[in-house]
Amino acid sequence: MHITLRIWRQTNPAGPGRLVTYELSDVTEDMSLLEVLDLLNLQLARNGEEPIAFDSDCREGICGSCGLQINGRPHGPLKGVASCQIHMRTFKENDTITIEPFRAKAFPVVKDLVIDRTAFDRIIQAGGFISVNTGGAPDANAIPIPKNTVDAAFEAAACISCGACVAACKNASAMLFVAAKVAHLGRLPQGEVERKERCLSMVAQMDAEKFGACSNTYACEAECPKEISVDNIAFLNRELLRAKVF
Amino acid sequence: MELNSRIPAGPLVEKWDSHRFNLKLVNPANRRKYHIVVVGTGLAGASAAATLAELGYRVTSLCYHESPRRAHSIAAQGGINAPKNYANDGDSIYRLFYDTIKGGDYRSREANVYRLAQVSNNIIDQCVAQGVPLARDYGGLLDTRSFGGAQVSRTFYAQGQTGQQLLLGAYQALSRQIGMGNIVFYPRREMLDLVVIDGQARGIVVRNMINGQIESIACDAVILATGGYANVFFLSTNARMSNATAIWRAYKRGACFANPCFTQIHPTCIPVSSEHQSKLTLMSESLRNDGRIWVPMIKGDKRDPNLIPEVERDYYLERIYPSFGNLSPRDVSSRRAKEVCDAGFGVGPTGKAVYLDFRDTIQRNGREWIKEKYGNLFDMYRQITGENAYETPMRIYPALHYTMGGLWVDYNLMSTIPGLFVLGEANFSDHGANRLGASALMQGLADGYFIISYTIGDYFASNKFHKVDTSHEAFRTAEKELKSTIDRLLGIRGKRAVDDIHKDLGHIMWEYCGMARNAAGLKKALEAIPSLEEEFWRNVSVPGRTDDLNQELEKAQRLIDFLELGKLIAEDALHREESCGGHFREEHETEDNEAKRDDENFSYVAAWEYRGPGNPPKLNKESLNFEYLKPSQRSYK
Repeated sequence: MHITLRIWRQTNPAGPGRLVTYELSDVTEDMSLLEVLDLLNLQLARNGEEPIAFDSDCREGICGSCGLQINGRPHGPLKGVASCQIHMRTFKENDTITIEPFRAKAFPVVKDLVIDRTAFDRIIQAGGFISVNTGGAPDANAIPIPKNTVDAAFEAAACISCGACVAACKNASAMLFVAAKVAHLGRLPQGEVERKERCLSMVAQMDAEKFGACSNTYACEAECPKEISVDNIAFLNRELLRAKVF
Repeated sequence: MELNSRIPAGPLVEKWDSHRFNLKLVNPANRRKYHIVVVGTGLAGASAAATLAELGYRVTSLCYHESPRRAHSIAAQGGINAPKNYANDGDSIYRLFYDTIKGGDYRSREANVYRLAQVSNNIIDQCVAQGVPLARDYGGLLDTRSFGGAQVSRTFYAQGQTGQQLLLGAYQALSRQIGMGNIVFYPRREMLDLVVIDGQARGIVVRNMINGQIESIACDAVILATGGYANVFFLSTNARMSNATAIWRAYKRGACFANPCFTQIHPTCIPVSSEHQSKLTLMSESLRNDGRIWVPMIKGDKRDPNLIPEVERDYYLERIYPSFGNLSPRDVSSRRAKEVCDAGFGVGPTGKAVYLDFRDTIQRNGREWIKEKYGNLFDMYRQITGENAYETPMRIYPALHYTMGGLWVDYNLMSTIPGLFVLGEANFSDHGANRLGASALMQGLADGYFIISYTIGDYFASNKFHKVDTSHEAFRTAEKELKSTIDRLLGIRGKRAVDDIHKDLGHIMWEYCGMARNAAGLKKALEAIPSLEEEFWRNVSVPGRTDDLNQELEKAQRLIDFLELGKLIAEDALHREESCGGHFREEHETEDNEAKRDDENFSYVAAWEYRGPGNPPKLNKESLNFEYLKPSQRSYK
């Protein structure tokens, strides 16, 4: 296949960036899009030119490292996959593919396609956990938990922290990310004790990190590679109300 | 070097308890005085950092990812073992101990493995308390499934994301401690050297991957939880950044490297499609519970698999191993797959694949049932191959997956350098020559939550510590050496990219040091790798600058170590004149093509000691004594 790539290049966080065009002719259908970037980088490196910086690690859609805006959409045109899971059979001969970093004030560009999403870690550090020290936990079967409760918690816990929800939202809101963690832990009996504290401190940190308010457009759910439901945002809003009123 | 494994005396079942009593304690008020650096934030590193901070030690944690949650433990799919015996099917701590020793082909320590089996039950309790959503049945109790190498159902799971959910539990515990100010955390730092002062590990030197600064951290003990080295093969199921640099540089500072040739090939991976492939993807072994493995009985049969009638299918694992069948251990299943493909029965465009077929289970239990259990794996398979495994059998082939070898550690998880502890896949300790499925998560968390927290205190309480900070000359020297290596790499300006050379190394390793090895091939590898290394230092192209985010430079640093480690793997494989577990020497097989151990001559851990550039490493042996389980020829028939 012949493919034209337009890739965002930016030397440092301050500097202006621009889209640079690259032509590639030896692309095959079974390659992943990131393998196309690898191929381009090999060619650049062999010529002593600086390869394109991009984050990726597991290449199985689970580590959440790769966060690319592909043809204007977070993680590209397919539903329910991360950037690393897009294969070239998704595209056609002579297609032009535009690749940019996720855009959000809270996710500054580090270089080229690499962004800084440590704001998410700070939100978790503020309260995204159950306070239990190692040792002394009761037997795992001591508290039976209904299967549908644990399944709902699991679906929220499937979040890979990639930031697509933020990139998709016109307000660059992190509501889906925060809601997923609040719902994961808040739905379980183990998380009951800290329900109030958890959602208040996570939301406060979310605001401090300069994420925007929820846009209520459901763009986050549409682009989430793990298809995490906006029902979790409804859950978060109920939790917040509960925490503030009671 | 004298290897002292520090295995406690006394009966097996009491060793850990009596050892814990005999270990010296550090008074809670004094723990703040000790500073521990934990490198890596996977299951072992995150759990260790969190637990030690909870105890009151001063902890610094760092990783090369942007976030601690991206460590490769996250990609483990299948599950985690614990002999809770919730299934009431005859499981016990002793049985898990037995299965693990046998699965490891009698090349691990009885005392370590028994302890692992003991603490594994606590791991499940701990994780559930943290809110890890492990699968439950309709009564609300935890569900389990069975895994390769076991005849009981002891594997706890969270759909196909067990590693992710367990890692998030550990990450959240770590984050809580960071938020409370008990842990100082640095992202995007890669450890490039270990600093040893007066014979004790007293710090590390790292590269800040954002601005290229070389930074030193002084401490009282270093914990490496930096994972395995399967990427020496270039193509493996490891993440792209997984590397051996931290453990290799510790080796060069005096930590012995144990059993480097014990590498594991996983039987159920998606086959390689082309030279451009950047990594291999594992399909969880749990699929073997409900899928049947077969090849056509006719060589080169290109028919649609659904059109091949039952009588023309060879379910070779069920045929050869009637009692374990599709759940035979990883090494055995992998070799049989290679054999049928080498004999011409392989399927798919390359002929290097076998079928894993869910037809019968779907007919029996329905498509929804399969979807519930393995939905994400089927989705992943479709993404990569474009095929629907609900309707046509999956194609699978073995791939490099895990490394049992690693830095040598004693019963306290301390390496041959006092004050350097090694946890998880980075050490060699518990899996012998082959790891059973769902045991990696178990070991990582056992080391991090329940073992290091006891043993490190004894090290502090038993030793004296002079005050050391980063102005010490040892740090200056290490920093200077690293800067000069970086300058040298950037100055080569050759014609080949780092990955070009890494792929060549991968081919050498897979061809001569992969699933089956022989002396002639290993000798070839020992000639080919040094010449590739020579080419690397002459002709590699590392563009960009040192004071910048430079991913080619990061990869080049890692490749230096892979090239050196590759030689040690081949050396170790050549010296071990027997077959055991993942190490299969073609010269040593039984009449029915199984691994033939030589217990008389090789019942030991091979711990290699670095003796300076240009000198051959020295082989130290720790003999393995089996007091409880008598080594026998493994049989899964």
